[in-house]
Amino acid sequence: MIIIENIHKSFNGNVVLNGISGEFQRGKTNMIIGASGTGKSVLLKCIVGLVIPDEGRVYYNGREFTGASKKTKIEIRREIGMLFQGGALFDSMTVENNIKFPLDRLTDLAEDEKLDKVNHVLKMVDLVDSNKKMPSELSGGMKKRVGIARAIVNGSNYLLCDEPNSGLDPVTAIRIDNLIKEITHELNITTVVVSHDMNSVMEIGEYVMFLYNGNKVWEGSKDNILDATEGAINDFIFANKMMQIVKKQSK
Amino acid sequence: MRSLGKYFLFLGSIITNRERFRTYVNLITNECVQIGLNSIILVGIVSAFIGAVTTIQTAYNLVSPLIPRFVISQVVRDMVILELAPSIMAIVFAGKVGSNIAGELGTMRITEQIDALEVMGINSASYLVLPKIVATLIMYPLLVILSAFLAIYGGYWAGVLSGVITSSDYIYGIQFGLIEFTITFALIKAFFFAFLISTISAYKGYFTQGGALEVGKASTSAVTNSVIAVLVADYLLAQLLLN
Repeated sequence: MIIIENIHKSFNGNVVLNGISGEFQRGKTNMIIGASGTGKSVLLKCIVGLVIPDEGRVYYNGREFTGASKKTKIEIRREIGMLFQGGALFDSMTVENNIKFPLDRLTDLAEDEKLDKVNHVLKMVDLVDSNKKMPSELSGGMKKRVGIARAIVNGSNYLLCDEPNSGLDPVTAIRIDNLIKEITHELNITTVVVSHDMNSVMEIGEYVMFLYNGNKVWEGSKDNILDATEGAINDFIFANKMMQIVKKQSK
Repeated sequence: MRSLGKYFLFLGSIITNRERFRTYVNLITNECVQIGLNSIILVGIVSAFIGAVTTIQTAYNLVSPLIPRFVISQVVRDMVILELAPSIMAIVFAGKVGSNIAGELGTMRITEQIDALEVMGINSASYLVLPKIVATLIMYPLLVILSAFLAIYGGYWAGVLSGVITSSDYIYGIQFGLIEFTITFALIKAFFFAFLISTISAYKGYFTQGGALEVGKASTSAVTNSVIAVLVADYLLAQLLLN
């Protein structure tokens, strides 16, 4: 479980996060949603320590992360797998070496064991036989799947995803969403997904936190998000035509 | 001053929380190939022509019949060892290797590859930058030695083929009155310049923010800052070690 408490962050006097608190449960796909520029990615980076919050704390299974020593932070980070928006695959390495990278750096496993793990996660993300491909040979969706494989190969307890289906066609986006959901349940890990895609929310949002202008204005799940009455979230949910039709029909 | 402080903190972060020694051996070997071996052709061409031009121009300026012709190759030797091989080559090296280091790290930064390393609990500065610095410190002095040989050799061919000096005069001149400390001095300069070029370029690339445009700016800035630092260090080292 990840707990965030009263996270504040400003850049040059511009408040980006204004006292965000919440709990991301284990075995659930937790989502942070909101329009562009509301601080979702900054919050995710605060959670993983890539951005230091001005105020507030982050706890991983009760262990404080924000104020922890460098050594403790590194130990906790080794339990975290992160999928970046563009995949962040290492250009000079094959798919296999990209996925094997955390095992090479952080474990003393024999080469055979590492390759077994790599092939296992490649099977999970449905990319069998892609071992020797270079990142430049992969489509956007494949890059994301390799990114997910790399994030979970080391037996991570936490999976953090920054806009996992941005730039993907709707079919591939749903495929990635379902993959994240399946992995979360199968491995019983804590997953936090940042997204602005309502389709994703309706697909996998078991816990949803809605941010607006750096504030948390709503939390719940995909089951009750359509009943939300707050102005900002209503505008966000029903911004697209499809959702407006759903709303009309439900009335 | 703030940038200078950030630069020194960056240097400190490179040597803390290092990876296993074996990891660095592989990375340094790869970087030696990238930084050193891949620069040999450029260094060779530039050095040979610098030596050739220096010989012709020295001969052009030595018009007095009282000055023996072997002085031409003596001047070429001292200019090459003291200045042209370590310093001019440093400027060429900054253009090739410095911009490459800054561009590579800048691209890794904007595509979040550096963040990915950090999330894995790896000290990205140490993992990415330390091998580049060590490889530059190993390869640049070797390139300077190669450059000095090729420049003197280029001068020999230019002098002999154009008839400004005979082969025997040239060979006598490069042996005449050699002060061995000039070679030591050239190698000391090479180490300093290698350190400055690699660390300044890495610093500029590592802290790139923005997009492709900023990566280009970081590369340009890496080259200009490295060249200025090399020239300042060149003057200071000359003052300190030659006076």
